[in-house]
Amino acid sequence: MNVSYQWLKSLVPIEWSPEELADRLTFVGLSVEGIEYFNKGIRNVVVAEIKTVANHPDPKHTKWHVCRVDAGRGEDLTIVCGAPNVRPGIKVPLAMVGADLPGGFHIEAADKAGVTSEGMLCSVTELQIPEGLATAESDNGIFILPDELTVGEDIVTALDLDDAVLEFELTPNRADCLSVINVAREVAAISGKPLTVPEIRLPEARENIADLAKVTVLDADLCPRYTAKLVKDLKIGPSPLWMRHRLAAAGIRSISNIVDISNYVMLEMNQPSHTFDYDTLSGHEIVVRRAKEGEKIVTLDDQERDLDTDMLLICDGEKAVGVAGVMGGQNTEITENTKNILIESAYFYPKSIRLTSRKLGLASEAASRFEKGIDIEAAERASERICQLLCEYAGGTLVEGTLDSYEGSFEERNVELIFDHARSLIGVDVSDDDMVAMMDSLGFAHAPAAGGVNVTVPHYRVDIEREVDLIEEVARLNGYDKIPATLPKGQMTEGKKTKGQKVADEVRNAMMAMGFDEVITYTFMNKKHYDMLLLPEDDERRDSVVIMNPFSDEQGVVRTLVLPGVVTVAAKNMSRRNLNLSLFEIASGYFPVKGEKMPREKSMLTALVSGSFAKGWNGETVEKDFYYMKGALEQLLNSLRIDGLTVSADHIEPFLHPGRGCDVLINGEAVGYLGELHPLVAANYELPQKAVVFELDMDRLTALADKEIVYEAISKFPAVEMDLAFVADRELAAADIEKAIAAAGGDYLKKTELFDIYEGDRVEAGKKSLAYNLIFRAKERTLKAEEVNEVVERIKSELNEKFGIVLRS
Amino acid sequence: MEQMLEDLKRIEAEAKSRFEQVGKQEELNELRVKYLGKKGELTAILKGMGKLSGEDRPKVGQIANEIRQSLEEVISAKTKELKEAALKRQIEEEKIDISLAGTKLEAGHIHPLTRIIDEIKEIFLGMGYEIGEGPEIENDYNNFEGLNLPKDHPARDMQDSFYITEDTLLRTHTSPMQVRTMAAKVPEYPVKVICPGRVFRRDDDATHSPMFHQVEGLVIDENISMADLKGTLLKVMKQLFGEDREIRLRPSYFPFTEPSTEVDVSCGICGGKGCRTCSDTGWLEILGAGMVHPNVLEMAGYDSSKLQGFAFGLGVERIAMLKYGIDDLRVFYDNDIRFLGEF
Repeated sequence: MNVSYQWLKSLVPIEWSPEELADRLTFVGLSVEGIEYFNKGIRNVVVAEIKTVANHPDPKHTKWHVCRVDAGRGEDLTIVCGAPNVRPGIKVPLAMVGADLPGGFHIEAADKAGVTSEGMLCSVTELQIPEGLATAESDNGIFILPDELTVGEDIVTALDLDDAVLEFELTPNRADCLSVINVAREVAAISGKPLTVPEIRLPEARENIADLAKVTVLDADLCPRYTAKLVKDLKIGPSPLWMRHRLAAAGIRSISNIVDISNYVMLEMNQPSHTFDYDTLSGHEIVVRRAKEGEKIVTLDDQERDLDTDMLLICDGEKAVGVAGVMGGQNTEITENTKNILIESAYFYPKSIRLTSRKLGLASEAASRFEKGIDIEAAERASERICQLLCEYAGGTLVEGTLDSYEGSFEERNVELIFDHARSLIGVDVSDDDMVAMMDSLGFAHAPAAGGVNVTVPHYRVDIEREVDLIEEVARLNGYDKIPATLPKGQMTEGKKTKGQKVADEVRNAMMAMGFDEVITYTFMNKKHYDMLLLPEDDERRDSVVIMNPFSDEQGVVRTLVLPGVVTVAAKNMSRRNLNLSLFEIASGYFPVKGEKMPREKSMLTALVSGSFAKGWNGETVEKDFYYMKGALEQLLNSLRIDGLTVSADHIEPFLHPGRGCDVLINGEAVGYLGELHPLVAANYELPQKAVVFELDMDRLTALADKEIVYEAISKFPAVEMDLAFVADRELAAADIEKAIAAAGGDYLKKTELFDIYEGDRVEAGKKSLAYNLIFRAKERTLKAEEVNEVVERIKSELNEKFGIVLRS
Repeated sequence: MEQMLEDLKRIEAEAKSRFEQVGKQEELNELRVKYLGKKGELTAILKGMGKLSGEDRPKVGQIANEIRQSLEEVISAKTKELKEAALKRQIEEEKIDISLAGTKLEAGHIHPLTRIIDEIKEIFLGMGYEIGEGPEIENDYNNFEGLNLPKDHPARDMQDSFYITEDTLLRTHTSPMQVRTMAAKVPEYPVKVICPGRVFRRDDDATHSPMFHQVEGLVIDENISMADLKGTLLKVMKQLFGEDREIRLRPSYFPFTEPSTEVDVSCGICGGKGCRTCSDTGWLEILGAGMVHPNVLEMAGYDSSKLQGFAFGLGVERIAMLKYGIDDLRVFYDNDIRFLGEF
């Protein structure tokens, strides 16, 4: 909300500058986000009257006018002006020769195609003053000034431009400060200066409204209070300059005295009102009721609106005349012929206004205020204020009385403030007396209570519901800067991570140590990724949690797989020639569960490698292929002390290369997958090169990673090393051979390491040769040659029996 | 005896001269054996000692010992000399171009947001906080109602949400973790927990990302005050940004805290004097916080007349941007490895 600094100053006689005031208000919770000066550097611009307007003598300049202008300087001045709206008799701002305009413009006499222009007529834009100061006729040209201004007067004084707009960013709890008077209350509370609320003096009234109009509220649940007053014989015209100034500061453009007065009181007291042309109200009556199914209304903005039965309507004797609290109807609009008006000042149920405004897509200033909750007690007073101003500035005659439908009555709220509670919660030493003084400064009535005061909450402070709200008043008025910095005392607590968090940290560190970069990608994604990953139609991972209101398909679903995020990052990097990649992300996927509101969460580690790793000028280049990635996976499990890794190609994920993919199992239980991306998937993501990925279930890793480190003394006895080469069928998996070796090797066999695979001329067709380095050792003694030979024989015969493997000769 | 002494002198002179000329350790070893070994020349001469008189024998013995000692000294000096020469040669041969690049060791990088979260975790672990976690998809109660934000509360407008159903949504802040933590702990206290995590708002422009990170903090105990909140956050900011930083509290409003505050940290670029980064204010907005609203405590089942608490929500991206001088939010989710490699 924007408020004129001078307006506030007229209510509380402060001496602070706009900046100082803004600062002080900000630090009591009314945040001022900006200050906009009316005068941004206008100097030597005066009110002038256009006497004559002629065409420019040069026919090439058809748009230029040559004006003779009276600036109160004796002789009229010649001004060349290109604006379309110049005409004799209007008053306009004239920048004299030597004048300055905002933005560093300096005005000099100028030759305009042979005519010397002795100054410049200015538009609102050139003056950089609030747009609302001008009426619509100034929109595409010169600022046409109010006629009551005196020719020759400096524009800064004439338009009272020595003012600033404070731009408030109000928090939702302080909707009361949508009233300028209530902002002034805060100013008074912090400055200690008195607040002068404008006195409402009603002129003499005639007749009685009860005889002339009628109000019936049928749905009081949505309209707890509805008041109506009547003013007759009004003359529509412009509103006074001071009012237009204050409206302009708030960003509201002047329309006419009647509309302006209604808006002005809305700003002043935060009471939106509506004015009906009394003579167009059928039966001179108002009926407040819910809309009927299929009912329609044309609102003031000429739009036909479809209504439903949750919306509250203002009707006359036969038709709808307005959507309550949101916008009036066209049919009873004030026109230039309006003489008598009925003023509605009501309290509508905030939730209903909010819903109606949403449903209709109609966000009016009034609706926004009703939504936030206004002061139900102020309705009649605001109406009286409107009547006062109407009689004063629109020449109306007041009709005696108010029609007031007020269901129930306002319940006064009493809240206790216990001084010790405030001191304990804020942690600051404020004296009892100071707290009482603060309640006084806010204008809160109070009575003594045990250890504190019992405060009667003013009706406009709808935010104060319980003691803590009063404590907040103490905290902010005393100043947050007075709060000391201490640390919680009391029982010691233990800082700790859960096992899952520890394992996640270990995984992250292990991945980093192996050269992987951590990425973070969005939890939501476009569901087209499931197609790009070649997931079959019946794959359970296609069944995602769907977002109801995404901006675009890019946030269409909550992902079940993190893989698309990581592959997309890889693709993006590759397109920027970052071709050597090791990436990982730890994130969750979500799976809807039938019959459950909340989906199942699955945390996973997803990794990707691509390209190669070159050790430099003196080293080799390591290809980041399947085996590189498998090595990373093995090393990761190693650092987590998880044994029992096997891989199986019995099932291969659809997005993996069918010949280079597998499931990852720990002790026979599937915990993820590993493999090269399917060529079609790589193509779908436009990857220019191969990429290998794996995924591991983090919860499974957490459960498995509980092996304690057990120290085993290094054996003092020498090991026996032996290299053996076996010839086996080409199709036989190395893992199966190794398993058999391990089984036959017994306790003495400490390590089996494959160091060469050969297929070619020197072995039989359809066979391969695998060379293993075996290490044997006993813990307590040196092994004898016979003992080792015995084990080797056992291995040989086992391999031969099981797979027909022979020792390579 | 004269002959013997003469022989000894001759051998000494001969040995010395040969020792001096030697160029390799192996040769020296051979000569040592030749002259001083058990079957060496010196020993051979001494074998004739038996023929000497009892008077002469000790004299010759002494001289022979002196010769042996002197030769040993020459050998040892020569050995040292040879070793030094060999080492010098080796060093010269092994000289390399130390300006060549080192062998690359592949090292990865932790995402800057994780780095900041880790730093925050460490600070709070040190102060006795637990680390909590919760799902990114939340129900309305945890995200709103349990935080004193009933349906149609105007403050819900402050956070435009991605909805899943009428009742479930992508969490708009980490504050539902307050509700979850309290539900798990009630009636036990003290509660001291921080909860980092991903959060989501329906915003996407240069300064907003639809997904970002927060760290929620919650402390509940007897006598917890706003001063404790201020002290805790001051400590955290000093640890995160440097001991010279100060904080400032500004009144604000959050439905789940009362009183509520915005917290600013003094600008590290200008040291509080005012610069472009801090829009000439000397302060940077860093987080929102406040005292846990008694309604929130009561809804969770705590006795608000006995217990008090504070809560805060840190924006991780904001902290990372300020700490590392990053001016574009989008780089965090772009994941360019050149960017990641800087951390």
